[in-house]
Amino acid sequence: MRDAVNHIVFGWYPYLCLTVFVVGSWFRFDREQYTWRSGSSQLLRRRQLIWGSNLLHVGILVIFLGHFFGLLTPIRLFDALGISHSLKQWMAIVVGGVAGITCFIGLTLLVHRRLFDARIRATSSFGDVAILLLIYAQLFLGLATIFISLDHLDGAEMVKFMTWAQGILTLQPGVAALIADAHPIFKAHLFLGMTLFLVFPFTRLVHVWSAPVWYLGRRGYQVVRSARSAKIAARGTNTLSAE
Amino acid sequence: MSHFLDRLTFFRRLPDTFSDGHGITTHEDRRWEDGYRKRWQHDKIVRSTHGANCTGSCSWKIYVKGGIVTWETQQTDYPRTRPELPNHEPRGCSRGASYSWYLYSGNRVKYPLVRSRLLRLWREARAMRMPVAAWASIVEDPKKRAAYTSKRGLGGFVRATWDEVTEIIAAANAYTVKQYGPDRVVGFSPIPAMSMVSYAAGSRYLSLLGGVCMSFYDWYCDLPPSSPQTWGEQTDVPESADWYNSGFLILWGSNVPQTRTPDAHFYTEARYRGAKSVVICPDYSEASKFADLWISVKQGTDSALAMAMGHVILREFYLDRQAQYFEDYVRQYTDMPMLVRLTKQGDRLLPDRLLRACDFADGLGETNNPEWKTVAFDAISKGAVVPAGSVGFRWGEKGKWNLEQKDSDGRDTSLRLTLAGATNELADVDFPYFGNREHDAFKGSDHPSVLTRKVPTKRVTLKDGETLVATVFDLFVANYGLDRGFGGEHVAKSYDENTPYTPAWAEGITGVPRDQIVTVAREFALNAEKTKGRSMVIIGAAMNHWYHSDMNYRGVINMLVMCGCVGQSGGGWSHYVGQEKLRPQSGWLPLAFALDWSRPPRQQNSTSFFYAHTNQWRYETLGIDEILSPTAPAGPWDGALIDYNVRAERMGWLPSAPQLKQNPLVVAKNIAAMGVEAKDYVAEALKSGELQLSCEDPDHPANWPRNLFVWRSNLLGSSAKGHEYFLKHLLGTNHGVQGKDLGETGRKKPKEVTWHDRGPQGKLDLLATLDFRMSTTCVYSDIVLPTATWYEKNDLNTSDMHPFIHPLTAAVDPVWECKSDWDIYKAIARQFSKVAPEVLGVEKDVVLTPILHDTPAEIAQALDVKEWKKGEVEPIPGKTMPAVTLVERDYPNLYKRFTALGPLMSKLGNGGKGMTWNTEHEVDLLKRINGTVIDEGATKGLAKIETDIDATEVILTLAPETNGEVAVKAWDALSMMTGRDHKHLALSKEDEKIRFRDVVAQPRKIISSPIWSGLESEKVCYSAGYTNVHELIPWRTLTGRQQLYQDHLWMRAFGEALCVYRPPVDLKAVKPVIDAKPNGEKQIVLNFITPHQKWGIHSTYTDNLLMLTLSRGGPIVWISETDARKAGIADNDWIEAYNTNGALVARAVVSQRVKIGMCMMYHAQEKIVNVPGSEITGQRGGIHNSVTRTVVKPTHMIGGYAQQSYGFNYYGTIGTNRDEFVIIRKMTKVDWLDKPNDDQPAHLALMPRTEAAE
Repeated sequence: MRDAVNHIVFGWYPYLCLTVFVVGSWFRFDREQYTWRSGSSQLLRRRQLIWGSNLLHVGILVIFLGHFFGLLTPIRLFDALGISHSLKQWMAIVVGGVAGITCFIGLTLLVHRRLFDARIRATSSFGDVAILLLIYAQLFLGLATIFISLDHLDGAEMVKFMTWAQGILTLQPGVAALIADAHPIFKAHLFLGMTLFLVFPFTRLVHVWSAPVWYLGRRGYQVVRSARSAKIAARGTNTLSAE
Repeated sequence: MSHFLDRLTFFRRLPDTFSDGHGITTHEDRRWEDGYRKRWQHDKIVRSTHGANCTGSCSWKIYVKGGIVTWETQQTDYPRTRPELPNHEPRGCSRGASYSWYLYSGNRVKYPLVRSRLLRLWREARAMRMPVAAWASIVEDPKKRAAYTSKRGLGGFVRATWDEVTEIIAAANAYTVKQYGPDRVVGFSPIPAMSMVSYAAGSRYLSLLGGVCMSFYDWYCDLPPSSPQTWGEQTDVPESADWYNSGFLILWGSNVPQTRTPDAHFYTEARYRGAKSVVICPDYSEASKFADLWISVKQGTDSALAMAMGHVILREFYLDRQAQYFEDYVRQYTDMPMLVRLTKQGDRLLPDRLLRACDFADGLGETNNPEWKTVAFDAISKGAVVPAGSVGFRWGEKGKWNLEQKDSDGRDTSLRLTLAGATNELADVDFPYFGNREHDAFKGSDHPSVLTRKVPTKRVTLKDGETLVATVFDLFVANYGLDRGFGGEHVAKSYDENTPYTPAWAEGITGVPRDQIVTVAREFALNAEKTKGRSMVIIGAAMNHWYHSDMNYRGVINMLVMCGCVGQSGGGWSHYVGQEKLRPQSGWLPLAFALDWSRPPRQQNSTSFFYAHTNQWRYETLGIDEILSPTAPAGPWDGALIDYNVRAERMGWLPSAPQLKQNPLVVAKNIAAMGVEAKDYVAEALKSGELQLSCEDPDHPANWPRNLFVWRSNLLGSSAKGHEYFLKHLLGTNHGVQGKDLGETGRKKPKEVTWHDRGPQGKLDLLATLDFRMSTTCVYSDIVLPTATWYEKNDLNTSDMHPFIHPLTAAVDPVWECKSDWDIYKAIARQFSKVAPEVLGVEKDVVLTPILHDTPAEIAQALDVKEWKKGEVEPIPGKTMPAVTLVERDYPNLYKRFTALGPLMSKLGNGGKGMTWNTEHEVDLLKRINGTVIDEGATKGLAKIETDIDATEVILTLAPETNGEVAVKAWDALSMMTGRDHKHLALSKEDEKIRFRDVVAQPRKIISSPIWSGLESEKVCYSAGYTNVHELIPWRTLTGRQQLYQDHLWMRAFGEALCVYRPPVDLKAVKPVIDAKPNGEKQIVLNFITPHQKWGIHSTYTDNLLMLTLSRGGPIVWISETDARKAGIADNDWIEAYNTNGALVARAVVSQRVKIGMCMMYHAQEKIVNVPGSEITGQRGGIHNSVTRTVVKPTHMIGGYAQQSYGFNYYGTIGTNRDEFVIIRKMTKVDWLDKPNDDQPAHLALMPRTEAAE
């Protein structure tokens, strides 16, 4: 029974979450363009927002990148680079800890602001409050894992999670069993992390997709958007080039 | 296809670049922009406006999209004005801009609604009975009747069909007509200028029925009685563009940017042009910031300030130096040269009435109306002359009613203003002084009640012996307390002496520093002298709503007249209170009051009606002795206020409704049976006591009003002074009245009125309201009919603020089951014609009419007041009692008559303000425009009035203001009376005919007409009195001039022959209740001031979410920081204001801008939004009028005396409310009354349960 639950939660649930995450985002982007926004409440009150939002975003981006590369980089690459598992574990604890605390401060400010500022509370949807509390809980769990990781400074536990994550993405059956013995806090953290992907398309989190990263590589200071539709325009240039 | 897939264009060529790569051209998807584009796309734009009685009459674009009204924006296509004058745009304000919210709001009335208890009774009764019998079976059973009347205001509405509700109404009307008489069916609808056809729909139905249309301008207290008193004119004012022509603008109790928002730009522009401006108001209003000087006067003491300014003007421009322009002006255009008899009374010498030609043995050669021709001394002939132009010349002869400086024989005159120097016979004349009366909140002075001053007089020999006479001017100057070197007491040489009415004296009363008074008066007059009258006073409700508003106003009018400002561009009296200016009035009257079918209609002054029928007289606290003059001539001056009203009704001064205790249809049958003249019979029967007037026993069930229609109005939520008395006595439901009546407190009871120990509760059988929103009035009604909004009907709208005639146009059809007012009354008329034959056929109706202004009857009792009831004179209809007319009512054909233009227009012609002209040509034109009735029957061949647009064409075709041909005819008619040619004023427009579609295309400027005293031309802005001054047309007063001396016996008795300072009256509403229901909080007593607001127009918009968002979202009362501190009130606290009249709850706005000692509750904040229960009454909240009560003033009841004759909305008692005081305290418990009754806290447990629809 325990195995079955473990298998469903860490073997099947990730695919459910990823599917909903991708298909849901696509669906919403196509069907609900007007809801595709971050839902900023800056207009209602600036107080606590500047510090809260910046701390949150800096912290969470570092955490996200840490998780992304930390979990998905093939272990062999680390080995080839000569980065020991123990060092990697230490890096995760230190960088993750600092970023986590930064994020925690920011998030605390934002949660307080959203719940106790009457104007913002009144204009918040259920989703706005729920996602904030969800991330808050996830961050809390993440920080709690630091203390457990201190017992596994050899990085073996971490390698298990890397193998699991990469196994999931590379469609390896049975990887769920790898983490059956992990500490419950880790498991809760993993579960909640996947859940964040699950609810992602239904919340303001979709603004992540629209982060203006392309802006960094922009060309030209004056942008003229052609009034002709993209397709006609494309055909037009082809015709021209054919000549 | 897909926003996402379309973005997957990584293989596309790189974007084009230009400018060395600094620019790029991209080809990304731009469909997202359509979202924003579509947001502002629409299917059509329709021109309409808002009929909220805001005087805006602003042109709006109404946007329609997919059959839905989406928003509105300001139109900017008014006809251009002339060079040098700013244009009218932009007109509109935030209130109008939020109107479209109403159309689809939750508060919209969408279906015909009936009180469920009434509907059940009706269906039960109707199952076995004909409609009228069914109604009889309900209202004749006291239990059944009380079953629904006692539940008014407690919910319980259900939907019904149009057929069913109109049948109930028709049956109720028919039953009432048959049982009690048609004058028990009354209708209240205000301000026809805001939607003329909608008004006319109901009034036409009522007039064909014989029902009563109720006045509004006086009841709203928008009517300044000083205007009819001085000018014989209801109200005539400059358009707002004329402010621009002014050099000195005083805003006195008028908050232009807040209450005349669309016009305020002319004020700004006048300031840019260089006009000086002074704003006089107690609080720091929005207007104050425009001012060069803000004068914070103690509220209610404005007349003291005006008198002191007049004192300065007289001193500096008439006595120490004679300003030529001023003297010439007052000589020709005012009664100042007229002679006044001085009469000995005991040891006093008192100014009596104006000397008349008939006082002389030879009548000074006058044979026509010599008792109505006033007399002056002429410097050329050195004798007494009869100057042309007085009211005696207006009736019974032709060609001498003008203001040429001639006597009646056509000799040139130069009238003497003063007798000083010529005779040197000085007499001690007595003047009343009221400023010493005690009032807790108003400081007085300790001068004696009678001030004796020396006046130059002359002894003349009259047919009844020698008499002293004085000119109005000399009395006027003496009254102002100016020392002219004649010696004596109570006159001042210096402004610093404390003598009425010096600036020093006024400083003590008003709190305004004397040097401010002197400076303003001096500069105001100096500007007028240099510019020939371009000094203006914009004046408003803040001044007019006091019991002694006449004194405030006459004080200001005196200033304007002394400075020659009235009738001059950029000058004069700009009273902006209420949208009274129905420009095409004489075209509208026949439609509205069915004058095409029967004359006269029944019209009633509402203030007296409600005073009597909501039993507010039973609680009267103001005694006659408190307002009577110490110099009153001998007379029957005892009794109560209602006694004066009854006397006025008996003498034909004021109208009555109901009129006779007996059913007038039955009286008419008796008359027919006896074969006598109706007027002879009624006069005789009243004298013998066979017939009684209803006014003598308003509480007798035979005299109750039975059916009340309310449309285009929120009577109970807005204008009903004494709201709680309405609920208690007229409606018979829960109320918050805290005081006790005269019987319970053992005070003196009225003499002329029968006293019943128990005041009736629930006089109305049926209250039917037409509205587009569920207003407070709707909530208390028995039947609510869903009407079209201002974007769903076709109609006309005009204002006094601009000269354009403006349409309302249907942008969309009425939503849900709504209908336009025109269609609703048509439906009721159709149903009535179906129901009526059960009990009614073609009937004769005895109609009593008061003596009307602008008719030959207005010169009734010239020299004295004699009452037939007291046996002093015979009852002569139309002279000493109301006129009596027998009118035919064709009840089965009422609907046919409603929808066709009747034959009387061709037979009797049309007219207005004393003129008549033939209008056959216009009737023919209408037959061609509207088509004729082809159905067989009573109306075959007559012009149709089927639709609301047909109705607008009737108005536009018949009115001189919109039909140039009629304008020429009208000026011609006036020329006959004045003997001067006025036709030239309209000849250039003779071919102009404004039709409904013309004004839909663009608002049109009206054509100059003799109905009004201003001109619309390429040269001048519309300015009141302009044609009086420039065309020498007399004012329609006794002297034919601007009348500053009011010589009627009652005016003299109440001390108002000349303007004096009168402090506010004490209504004693605080003491009996101040300690009755303590809640442990501190209390403070404040003057209760109810100005016009910023977030609504009267009650409209006070339930509009957009406007609520801009304010505090519910009722508020403003109090000063000092007063708030005393009572321990912080900003936004829930507070309660209460007195004997009732209680209201609101949030406190604590602000420095409010003057200490008063609070301001912007009027008409509905009690249907965000209003908790009152700790005092246990009822929900209350509205501003929950703490007020109507108090009538005897001088407003005067009739049959030239300009002081009754006219609908022209003269009569006014509903004042500023003199009221309230107790304010913080609430300890805020109870929203939102729980079932059993769970209510103990102190509210008595609150009856609200009804669910069953």
